[in-house]
This record gives sequence, C-alpha cells and structure tokens, in this order.
Amino acid sequence: MADFWKRFCRNRGAVIGITILAVVVLVAVLAPLVFPQSPWRMVQRPFLPPFSMEQYPLGTDALGRNVMSGLAYGAQVSLLVGLVSTVAALLIGIPIGALAGYFGGWIDDALMRFTEFFQTVPSFALAIVLVAIFEPSIQSIIAAIAIVSWPPVARLVRGEVLSLRSREYIEAAILSGQTSAAIILRQVLPNTLSPIIVLASLMVATAILLESSLSFLGLGDPNMMSWGYMIGAARTVIRQAWWLSFFPGVAILLTVLALNLIGEGLNDALNPRLARRGK
Amino acid sequence: MLKRLTTLAATLLVSTALHAEPVAGGRANVVIQPEPPSLMMGLVQNGPTQMVAGNIYESLLRYDEKLQPMPQLATSWDVSEDGLTYTFHLHDDVKWHDGKPFTSADVVFSADVFLRETHTRLRASLEHVESITAPDDTTVVFKLKQPFGPFLGIFEAGTMPMIPKHIYEGTDYKNNPANNTPIGTGPFKFKEWVKGSHILLTRNEEYYEEGKPYLDEIYWHVIPDAASRAVAYETGVVDVLPGGSIENFDVQRIADMENTCVTDKGWEYFGPLSWMWLNNREGPTADKRFRQAVMYAMDRDFARDALWNGLGKVAAGPVSSSTRFFTEEVTKYDHDPEKAKALLAEMGYKGEPVRLLPLPYGETWQRWAEAVKQNLDEVGINVELVSTDVAGWNQKLAEWDYDMAFTYLYQYGDPALGVARNYVSTNIAKGSQWNNVEGYENKEIDDLFAKAAVAVTAEERQKLYTEAQQKLVDDVPVAWLLELGFPTIYRCNVKDLVTTAIGVNDGFKDAYIEK
Repeated sequence: MADFWKRFCRNRGAVIGITILAVVVLVAVLAPLVFPQSPWRMVQRPFLPPFSMEQYPLGTDALGRNVMSGLAYGAQVSLLVGLVSTVAALLIGIPIGALAGYFGGWIDDALMRFTEFFQTVPSFALAIVLVAIFEPSIQSIIAAIAIVSWPPVARLVRGEVLSLRSREYIEAAILSGQTSAAIILRQVLPNTLSPIIVLASLMVATAILLESSLSFLGLGDPNMMSWGYMIGAARTVIRQAWWLSFFPGVAILLTVLALNLIGEGLNDALNPRLARRGK
Repeated sequence: MLKRLTTLAATLLVSTALHAEPVAGGRANVVIQPEPPSLMMGLVQNGPTQMVAGNIYESLLRYDEKLQPMPQLATSWDVSEDGLTYTFHLHDDVKWHDGKPFTSADVVFSADVFLRETHTRLRASLEHVESITAPDDTTVVFKLKQPFGPFLGIFEAGTMPMIPKHIYEGTDYKNNPANNTPIGTGPFKFKEWVKGSHILLTRNEEYYEEGKPYLDEIYWHVIPDAASRAVAYETGVVDVLPGGSIENFDVQRIADMENTCVTDKGWEYFGPLSWMWLNNREGPTADKRFRQAVMYAMDRDFARDALWNGLGKVAAGPVSSSTRFFTEEVTKYDHDPEKAKALLAEMGYKGEPVRLLPLPYGETWQRWAEAVKQNLDEVGINVELVSTDVAGWNQKLAEWDYDMAFTYLYQYGDPALGVARNYVSTNIAKGSQWNNVEGYENKEIDDLFAKAAVAVTAEERQKLYTEAQQKLVDDVPVAWLLELGFPTIYRCNVKDLVTTAIGVNDGFKDAYIEK
C-alpha cells in the first residue's frame, strides 16, 4: 500500500487532482453546516454582483438566491450522481464482460452483440430520451447515465478476462474442480481490478459532465440545485450576469479535471512496469 | 432593481407622447413569433394568426382600451329597450380585397353559417342568438333569445372576422384553396408568405377610411430563436417586438436602447390572467384553509418585479382589472407567511407532499415556479416540482393528475366569456385545460354567473359579478398570481401603433412612421 502511494505521488498532476477532489468532497459534506438555509432561498436582491457583499461573495442569481450556497449543494448532487451511476454501470458492465470473456462461444457472441447495440446509439442522445420518458428526477438521471455508460466497462473486462482465461493458473483451477463462478470471482476478476479502477475514475468525470449537460437542457431534477442547472438557468441572462454561469462552470471544469488527473495517477500507480518505463 | 424598474416606468411614460400629423409611406418590420399555422382567421385563431391576420380581416366593431365599442365595418348600432334586438348599420362603400363589394349578406354568412361551424368560442356566444337577418344591403339585425350582457363585446376581429361569402359559400371551408391567400376587408392585403422566412402585407389602396392606412407595407419576420429576435431589434432589422417575442430577462436591456418605447397596453381585450390550479378534489389542496394559506404564502410583488420587469399587476381575484365588472372590494391576500402558517396549523397540515407543475413555456415560468415553491417551503408546505413538456402538461391537467399547476388564460373582456368557464360546476369535464379544471363546485357561484350573463342592465350585472368575485376570493378555488403585462417594444418614431384593446393585432391601420 505504501508502495502504491509512493508511486501515485510521483505523478504531480495526480496529487493536484486528489487535492482538488478532497476540497470538493469537503465542500459537499460541509454544505448543510455552512449554509443551513436551502440554496433555493431568495436571500438578497436579484443579480447582486460578486464581491459586492461580504455575506454573498459570489453574488446572487435572477431570483436573488445565493450562488455560493448553490455551488456547495451542487457539489453534493454532482458527486452523488457521479459515484452512484458509476457503481451502477460497473454492476452491469463487469458481469456481462466477465461472462462473455470467460465462456466465449455463443454466450460471448450474444452478449457482445447486445453491448454493441448500446454502443451504436449516441450515448448522450439515448440519455436524453431515457430521462425525458421517465420524467426528470435524480433516480431517472442516475439510471440513464448508468445505462449509457456500461458498454465500455463490459468490453474492457471481456478483453482482460480473455487474456487471463488462457493462463496456466486458471487452467489449474479448472482441473482442480473449482466451479466457474468461483474461478471468475476469486481468480479472474481480482486480476482485472486495476484497469477497472482507472476506467471508473474517468467514468465518474463523464457522469458528472452528463448530469450537467442534462440539467443544462432543463432535464435535471427540478428539486435539486446542480451545477448544470445553474448554468442552464444563467444562459438567458449571460449578457447581464456573467458570474451566474462562470462560477458553476469553473466548478465543473475543476472537478472533471481533478478526476482525470487522478485517473492518470492511478494508471501509473497500478501499472508499475509502465511507470518505470516512463522514467 | 429599483432603478431598473423606474427607468422602465419612465420609458412607459414616454410612449404616450404627443400627437402629430400622420405621415404616409414606409414599411414596418415586425417580429412574428411563432410562425402562424395559417392566416385564415375564420379557421384558426391562435395568437400569431390573430396578430397578422387582424390587419387583413375586420369585424363590425373594434374596442378602445376601456373596451368601449368603436365603429369599424359598422358605422353605428342600436340596441332595443329589452336588450333583445341589435341593429348594425354598415359602411356602404366597402370592398373585399378582390374588388367585390362587402354587404350585409357577408355578415349573415360569416356569423350564421361559416363561424358557427368553425369557431368554437364564438359558437358558444351565438347560442343566445335566435336569428341573424339582413333587411337591406347595409343593415344587419341580431335577435337574441334572451338578453346577453357581453353581446356587444363579441364583434372583435379575432372573435367574429368577416369572411367573404362569394368565395366560401358552398365550399369545403377547411380545404378551400383561398385559405392560402386570405381575402378580407382590412387596411392591408396579403402579398406573400415565404414559410420560415417572412409574411408580407401591402397597403389596401381602396380602403374605405380616407387616407388610411399610412404604411405601404408590413413585413413580418419569422425568427425562431428568442435571443436572435432581440438581436434583430438591436441591429435594426426589425422595429417592432410584439408582446412575448423576447425573453423577459432581455426586456430591460432592449428598453434601455435609444429611440425605444415600451408599452404594456393593447392586451385589455385579452386580459391575460395567471394563476395556479389547485386540485379541489383531493389532498391538502381540497381544504379551503390550505388554499388560503397558499395565497398568503406567495410573494407576488416579488415575482412581478423580479420576473416580469415590474410590468403587470398582482391579481385581486378571478377577474382581470381590465375586464368589465372587475371589483377591488374583495379580501386582500398580502404576502403574510405568519397568517399562512396559522392557517396550516389550524387545519392540521402535517407536511404531506404536494406536486407543482410549472408551465413549460420557457425560463420565466420555470423560475416563477421555483420562487413559488420556495415561498411555500418557507411556511412549511412540502412542494415537489414536476417537470413536463407541453404535451405532458396538457395531459396531466386534462386528466386532473396534479395538485397545483401554473397556467394563464384570456378573458375576452367580459366575465361571461372568459371567467365563468373556470368556476361554474357545469363546466367540469375531463379532457380540457380551459374549463373548471380545479373541480370547484358551488351552487351559489353557478347561480350568480348564470344570472349575471343574462341580466339586462350593466348595474345589475355589476352587482351580481361583485358578489361572485367576493365569494370566489374567499374560497380560493385557484391561487391567482398576476395580471400579466406583455410589453410591446418599438422604435419611438413608429406612432399610434397601440391604440386599441387588442394592440398590434389591429394597430397597423392607424400606425405611421415619423421621418
């Protein structure tokens, strides 16, 4: 573990990334303590510019709502959607990829055709359709993001499993009479973990972007203050009030950048051979 | 904010500037949004159709901003003592745009034959009419079955447009090829319509009113995007932005431009009134105290100032202040969260969730729903916003599948035409978003509206409507929000544009461009 940390920290970008992410997590966790009032509460006159009142450093929006408080609560929504939808996508993608890769033959064919079916539909368009059909809510958004983002997981896992499948220790396990389920769970999957972890960190970033895009288009959960919603609502007043779209935009940028940097760091740390070659 | 509002108020004052001698000539460039489905006003009466075709077609009367009838195709009219016979005397030298003379036979055909078949709203009013006859070429007589108070109010261009008998008699109205090249008696003739681009109307050289119209052409620009419409005005491509053609948030910026006038007049006939449907059938909204609490909880002044640029008025009750028989003598609901909390405590409200449907008509309405949700949250009402598109919103209302829902409707100048329909129990039926959607049932109210519609004198009607308004406002069947102010924005050298109760819809007859 210590070794892993050392390798991770050798990548300076990854350290910056994890610092930013820590701040975002902290803000999300502390939001209800720092801003006990709802972020929807109209607290000051509308369109208060940033840095003009100490109490509302980032100004207020078209209804006089505190932008700072909106950002803090938005962090909660973004992280929640990012994590939950990624976990859900992994739960769909890993079993499909593992089964296809391990058993091969017609099972592989069937599962991969099914996966390709999802891959050929543009993922954002599919997400819009799904959310629109099921009425925008936090559950339908998470479900839609999970449904459009599992195919790459399945393909990655299948590839990894295919290459592990022919290793001698797997053959030994088969000969020793272990069941297929046991082999997949105990022998194969643990060895595919590192690429999955790297992919997952990038998927969280993509999920956050997807949620923001949906909210921007007005397909967010109308009861949740999210960054995408803030930008979408600010779009019509961008010429009067730049700060309404600027700050949430920066928040999305930093969070997604942080997750990408972390992904790269993880890749270095989990692939020691690759990392050493880089030196 | 305050400063922004005062400058807007100042621009409003400027718009009622002094009169000068009209000048002939020039072209008016106007935005039309959205593109109308058709210009045949006898068949289609949605907003943009009325706005363009109101300058092509005419009716017997037009109305000033106090909704008083003025001569149009009729030069004068008499009403019999008993309120049952209306006699109209027509202009004798009116020609259709194709040169054929306009006579009383056209009026009888339009009202009794064509529009009875095609125009649902007018058909309901014509139920009160026993016969329509033409004793001579320039006289038309309407005989009623019983007195009908709002009768003189139904001769507006969009309500009873005159249709040429010689073109439509005996044809399949909906598929008549003439629908694409509308023929009216109005000050402007149809010239061309390039779909997705523009509609061009030209001056009717043979118009029966001396010297009118002053303009040579009206060029209606079709621009689908709200931001592009604002830019089209800023860059001088268009000179007139009719009410509702740009986002409310842009109004202030455009109004601040040089040589720009803003008016919220010209909507008196429609009296657009917004409210929230409250489902009177079930859930917390079935309790009168809950509905009153909603009224006290809302900060409607804030909504008007922050979302509607300070234009419009806080609604007093079911009747808009520009509609006839409006009364101010009703219970007032000021923003009073404490009163709202007390009412909720009294009824024992425990935080049961209520669903609120915003009106899916763009940013302003979405923000408005968020502001109301916040107002209600603050007195302890647990509101859940539900997003829908227009189709879903229509369906949910028509199926009564909602707790609270935003809407706004027109009143057409008289409570019998545009108010009673939303409160009388005989008008409760699934499948429509314009009837008594809230499911309010009150025998007294039914009787008051029924009597008031057929009462002969205005005093009598006022008395009955005042009583109805007072009772309704106490019962809060729906939560009234604002009388909407739709600003018409135009270059100040376009004069006399908005002079009637329907504004731009028939305003180009009198408008001129000062050089």
